[in-house]
Amino acid sequence: MDGLMVPMEHVLVIAGLLFICGLFGLMLRRNIIFMLMSLEVMLNSAALAFIAAGAHWGQADGQIIFMLILTVAAAEVAVGLGLVLQIQRRFKTLDMDQAHRLRG
Amino acid sequence: MNTIALIPLFPLLSATLLIMSAGRMPRHIAATIGAGSVGLSAICVALLARDFLADGQVLELTLWTWMSVGDFAPRIAFYIDGLTIVMMSVITGVGFLIHLYSIEFMWEDESICRYFTYMNLFVAAMLLLVMADNLLLLYLGWEGVGVCSYLLVGFWYKDPANGAAARKAFIVTRIGDTAMALGLFLLLTELGTLDIQPMMIAANSQWQTGDALPVLATALLLGGAVGKSAQLPLHTWLPDAMAGPTPVSALIHAATMVTAGVYLIARTYGLFLLAPPTMEAVAWIGLATLLIAGFTALAQNDIKRILAYSTISQIGYMFLALGVGAFASGIFHLMTHAFFKALLFLAAGAVIHCLHHEHNIFRMGGLRTRLPIVFLSFFIGSAALAALPFTSGFYSKDAILLSAWALEDIGPWLWAGGLLGALLTSIYSFRLVFIVFFGEAKTEPDRQPGWKMAGPLLLLCLLSLVGGWFALPLAGVFPAAAEHTVNHAVEWISIGTPLLGLLLAYLMFLGGQLSVDKMVASSGARALRDFWFSGWRIDQLYDVLWVTPYKKISYWMRNEPVDAIYNSIVAANQWAHHRLLVLQNGELRWYATTMVVGLILLLAVMLRNAP
Amino acid sequence: MLATLFYIAALIALTSTMAALTRANAAHALIYLIVSLLAVAVMFFLMGAPFAAALEVVIYAGAIMVLFVFVIMMLNLGDTGEDREREWLAGRNWFVPGAMAALLLIEMLMVLGDSQGVTSGNAVSPKAVGIRLFGPYLLAVEIASMLLLSSLVGAYHLGRRFIVRRGEH
Repeated sequence: MDGLMVPMEHVLVIAGLLFICGLFGLMLRRNIIFMLMSLEVMLNSAALAFIAAGAHWGQADGQIIFMLILTVAAAEVAVGLGLVLQIQRRFKTLDMDQAHRLRG
Repeated sequence: MNTIALIPLFPLLSATLLIMSAGRMPRHIAATIGAGSVGLSAICVALLARDFLADGQVLELTLWTWMSVGDFAPRIAFYIDGLTIVMMSVITGVGFLIHLYSIEFMWEDESICRYFTYMNLFVAAMLLLVMADNLLLLYLGWEGVGVCSYLLVGFWYKDPANGAAARKAFIVTRIGDTAMALGLFLLLTELGTLDIQPMMIAANSQWQTGDALPVLATALLLGGAVGKSAQLPLHTWLPDAMAGPTPVSALIHAATMVTAGVYLIARTYGLFLLAPPTMEAVAWIGLATLLIAGFTALAQNDIKRILAYSTISQIGYMFLALGVGAFASGIFHLMTHAFFKALLFLAAGAVIHCLHHEHNIFRMGGLRTRLPIVFLSFFIGSAALAALPFTSGFYSKDAILLSAWALEDIGPWLWAGGLLGALLTSIYSFRLVFIVFFGEAKTEPDRQPGWKMAGPLLLLCLLSLVGGWFALPLAGVFPAAAEHTVNHAVEWISIGTPLLGLLLAYLMFLGGQLSVDKMVASSGARALRDFWFSGWRIDQLYDVLWVTPYKKISYWMRNEPVDAIYNSIVAANQWAHHRLLVLQNGELRWYATTMVVGLILLLAVMLRNAP
Repeated sequence: MLATLFYIAALIALTSTMAALTRANAAHALIYLIVSLLAVAVMFFLMGAPFAAALEVVIYAGAIMVLFVFVIMMLNLGDTGEDREREWLAGRNWFVPGAMAALLLIEMLMVLGDSQGVTSGNAVSPKAVGIRLFGPYLLAVEIASMLLLSSLVGAYHLGRRFIVRRGEH
């Protein structure tokens, strides 16, 4: 099926907005689960930008980069959630403000 | 291997061996190695001397190039001429006798291994000094003997007073060594080489007599000589250095190390001849020193301190000889002095050893009958010291006095001063003999010296008597001294003065006709005696001039003011660090927020600069 | 018509993302996030990247988000957790993040607003993607597989004790 012809400006602005949302969530939430979710949102927005670029040039490279981003996101989530489990076990809480033992 | 290289090698190897044994070597083995190595060196020197006397050929040996920096490439090289042979014979010959004596003297000491290590190291360094072809190697030996002197004076280190005396010796000679180093720098930059013979030739072609540069360079070298040879003003260390064992005093502070300064001036005579002001200074320094030390020796009670001041005084005679240009006479007196002063020190050591470490002469007495060999040694040694007729000292001291008289202008004054010094020498040396060996015994000796002590004593007695009959092989070394007409009146007065001194000493201390107590009855006389006893208060003067201000300044600086500047930088750094530490609170949200802030600022800057 | 669809999908993505990040209940937030991801997948499809759209749905929404759901169920935060979250989401906490986000938004719009060009109307087929993957991007594939292996080992190790000794906690 053929694609749409969408102005790049629009797509990139949408990706930027999604990114800002993710960043906002990262700064706002104290629960580690929600921080990880915000990270996923940010990764997703970057992926959207790449797909848009690939569509602009008509090449498969955009989708390939998207796949690699996906790989990274998957790896990160796997390890990150393992760490979340450990945090819950040791600190008995998921509040990231309590995990400040690295303070200088 | 060449005989020449073996000579310093034996004591050096022995010292290394003894150091590595870490004091665990059995006593007799350590003693045999220690004394034997010097003995082997003495044999090698004798062989070398026999060859040299046969053909008079100067020998040179280069071992390797020490360093090569730009144009400067000093070598480890030896230069053997008549002067070197004389010095080497004295060092190894007298040195071997002293080492033999030390075996018995130090037998009960627990650190005998360490003792022989230091003594051998000293002999090796001194040999390097006299055999050196260039001034840099000489300086190496110079420093080496300074270190060994420190180690040996402070040998019984458990007593802090000995450590203080060792430090004083080292520090005072260091002042001289620094002057000498400056002199070496000057000579190197001006003449381009430190090899002694080429240097003197270059100096003669480049400089005129009386130029500023040779005067300055020789004055600096003189500073070094004055320090090492304990002349005015750097003589205060020698009496205190008597804190070391007596054989050490005999070897280092009578026969060898303190003569290093005399050797230096004699070796570089070419430079000194280009600087008449310095030569005059040498003569006056010698004269002043011999008089001051002579008066001081007259008022001392400690047997070793009398001999120490006597050494200072006799080296003054050597300096006097060098100053008037009689280099050969100075070296001759150096050799005879080595014989009779070593004899006197070893005999004094025998007295101390047999009287369970008594040093005060007024607590001794009547030892003539109880320690006969020691009495004989002391008598012959004092006779040579006082230059009584036909002893070795007589020939050398007379030669010096005649050369002094022959100089124009100041000659007669120097001669008169030397004469007064000879009178004083005779008085104080026989004072010592009469008080210690005659009269009633206040302390009984608890043992007799064994063959290892008596043998060297007797041998040195022989040398002190006949040593003056040899002609030293110094013909090719120094420029020929001008033949001066002999003034018979001067000669007879020179010969008679020591006998007058003997008479005066007899009257004062043995016969009792002249009462010393009556002489020091008046308060003025007593003050004078105290003044002489303290060494003319020079130690106190130095304390006020240098030591106390230095200590005060150190005390003011004890908080390290210069370091405070660097510490303040550190403190400022730490203050800023603690202020900024607030930002590192360990919270993840906070870090994310600060990252975003940074990102905002970065983008703002980029957008501002965007076209 | 397709263009309208595109913008509607975009709107859904934005609103559900905002909703996801401001919920107190973790499970609700996750569902909202899945919706957002599906909307983005629609956008991919419309731009002519069907392979990417499929991957987004299958892997991103289907595996990664499900992993999130598993963990949240395992942690069993419950009502107390939800109340605590609501407390942390009080109004005064929104000020600084909101200000930062707004500033950054303005800057991003300034940067991105000058973009030129349009997406081409052509779709890029999965076949073309596959040919590129096995050609120039072969090394990247291998490295990605190694990354996944390492994260597998890491996740196994990090989660191990919790799972094995659940009784001790």
